[in-house]
Amino acid sequence: MSEKNQTTGVIGWVDERLPILSFVRNHLTHYYTPKNFNFWYFFGSLAFLILFLQIFTGIFLAMHYKPDAKLAFDSVEFIMRDVNLGWLIRYMHSTGASAFFVVVYLHMFRALMYGSFKKPRELIWLFGVFIYLALMAEAFMGYLLPWGQMSYWGAQVIINLFTTIPVIGPELGIWIRGDFAISDPTLTRFFALHIVAVPMVILLLVILHLSALHTVGSNNPDGVEIKKNKDENGIPLDGIPFHPYYTVKDFVGIGVFLFLFALVVFFVPEMGGYFLEHANFIPANPLVTPEHIAPVWYFTPFYSILRAIPDPAFGALAMAMSIVVLFFLPWIDRNPIKSIRYRSTLFKINLFVFVIGFLILGYLGVKAPNPLYNALALRFSEMYFIFFALLYFYSSTRNNLFSYVFSGVIIFLILIYDLLRISSDNYIMILTGLTLVITFVVFMTLSPLYSSLNKEKEVPDRVTE
Amino acid sequence: MSSDNPDNSRRKFLTGSLSIVGGTGAAATLWPFLSSMGPSAKAKAAGAPVKVDISNLKDGEKIDLIWRKKPIWVVKRTKNMLDSINTSDEKHKDPMSENAEQQPEFAKNKFRSLKPEILVLEGVCTHLGCNPAYKPSENKFFCACHGSNFDLAGKVANGSPAGANLKVPPYRFEDENTIVVGELPASIEIQKG
Repeated sequence: MSEKNQTTGVIGWVDERLPILSFVRNHLTHYYTPKNFNFWYFFGSLAFLILFLQIFTGIFLAMHYKPDAKLAFDSVEFIMRDVNLGWLIRYMHSTGASAFFVVVYLHMFRALMYGSFKKPRELIWLFGVFIYLALMAEAFMGYLLPWGQMSYWGAQVIINLFTTIPVIGPELGIWIRGDFAISDPTLTRFFALHIVAVPMVILLLVILHLSALHTVGSNNPDGVEIKKNKDENGIPLDGIPFHPYYTVKDFVGIGVFLFLFALVVFFVPEMGGYFLEHANFIPANPLVTPEHIAPVWYFTPFYSILRAIPDPAFGALAMAMSIVVLFFLPWIDRNPIKSIRYRSTLFKINLFVFVIGFLILGYLGVKAPNPLYNALALRFSEMYFIFFALLYFYSSTRNNLFSYVFSGVIIFLILIYDLLRISSDNYIMILTGLTLVITFVVFMTLSPLYSSLNKEKEVPDRVTE
Repeated sequence: MSSDNPDNSRRKFLTGSLSIVGGTGAAATLWPFLSSMGPSAKAKAAGAPVKVDISNLKDGEKIDLIWRKKPIWVVKRTKNMLDSINTSDEKHKDPMSENAEQQPEFAKNKFRSLKPEILVLEGVCTHLGCNPAYKPSENKFFCACHGSNFDLAGKVANGSPAGANLKVPPYRFEDENTIVVGELPASIEIQKG
């Protein structure tokens, strides 16, 4: 690495003035990555591909779209019917939005499984959560642009979340909308933010995310630091250059992804109403709310948490907390073992229950509320937060007293809320749900005292094949 | 990693074939985007023929209409104007209207029109697309952008920057006083000039 690259000719001339060759060396051909990446390591590069696709298709949509409350809906129909292959470009963009979240959720799950957010990768995780947040804002504002019924009423509901903030809420809502109701100024500002401001923020965050990643290097399914074992040239023994090894691997991932992507774009672009909701093919009407309104699928887990608490301010607070807690993950889970491979059975159960719970919350979020669904949404919202509490609990070996107190505090908090709302017509539902959650908490916190379920495995020095 | 002697020819073949397949795919993907920038179905539909009633058009008068977003002139030429039109080699670059791009077959005649007195032209200078001015007193069209001169049949004068005669659009007479621009006459009576 120390020898000076003596390239001549045009590339040499440029390289003396602009470090393109050293950039390629540092970040591709001599950037060493663990040799044991698996399936879960496709999604970073795929997210990057989709970001490019969204920007590219978005530019072409912006050539035909008109950000005006009177023209927006028709201009989208114009794109669908009259612009040459405009339907294809729009479906690529709308499918790309959902694909972005699919890929990002899998990418985040990978980080949870292999502890990729832990020291020294806290900043990578933080930038990642910021990207996720920016992506949610981007998707939300983009969804208003077609100016259909779901665009309008979805935005109505989300913007009204801000009005639940005490004191400044109502004024804030008016300021965000630029009017007393969602109307033309809301549309034009969302358009500006959607096509210029937020994409630039996302690009900047991606640069920060990748810079932080390339500073500390990738984690891997074993959670072993490959930089600890280097050969005499300073090259990690378990490392292989990113290019060509992982560029080739990523190409395979991209091929498979594009195959599935094209399948959706060409055959089921609306995905049965989950990618593009049926009500959004009706122009926005401020006088008629559709019978059933639900956010697009990628927001529904959080939407369920919002609905689980029957109070506007506390519901919004719970939803906000469910995202804020993600920022603190590196300091919540302090267990030095990164990979799920060497963590305890209880950790695996915890993660499994969390993922199932998140999916169920997502399912409940697209359904119209009823008493059973509301009860389930509340319990799984509690489980969502319990997941993080347990991650903290498993950070080290706990003694008897701590375990009982910890368990007691969680149960106490849940119990208080239930006692406040119990009545003669809902007590069966409450007691059933309460029993299930308390059983789970007790099992997860007290079983380590009486079994080896929380026993962790020894982490090897080198990555396993 | 596992082999010290990688088979380079196989590797080259795979890299090459992947590049060709991937490159073809990428190029094909580019097509919808480039195509979307062309005229939309709506824009194409807007190219339908237009009708104009010339019963009120007085001698020497010119009216403008729009067909396919281009200005179309209809001029009722006076006897004096018709006399000013000649097919002199020395004055015009294309005196006999040989350039088939610039008029339908029916207008390849002295007055470049169906009826001698009625002139129908696209008002777009053949140099760089400006809109020439009608100068009835001087019996010409003059393009102020770069100084091209055209006679009252739209023929470009020698010494003009423009290279071709003004274009005659396809048109026909639906009846005595109605012109349809954008359609050819059913039976063409070419008037030899």
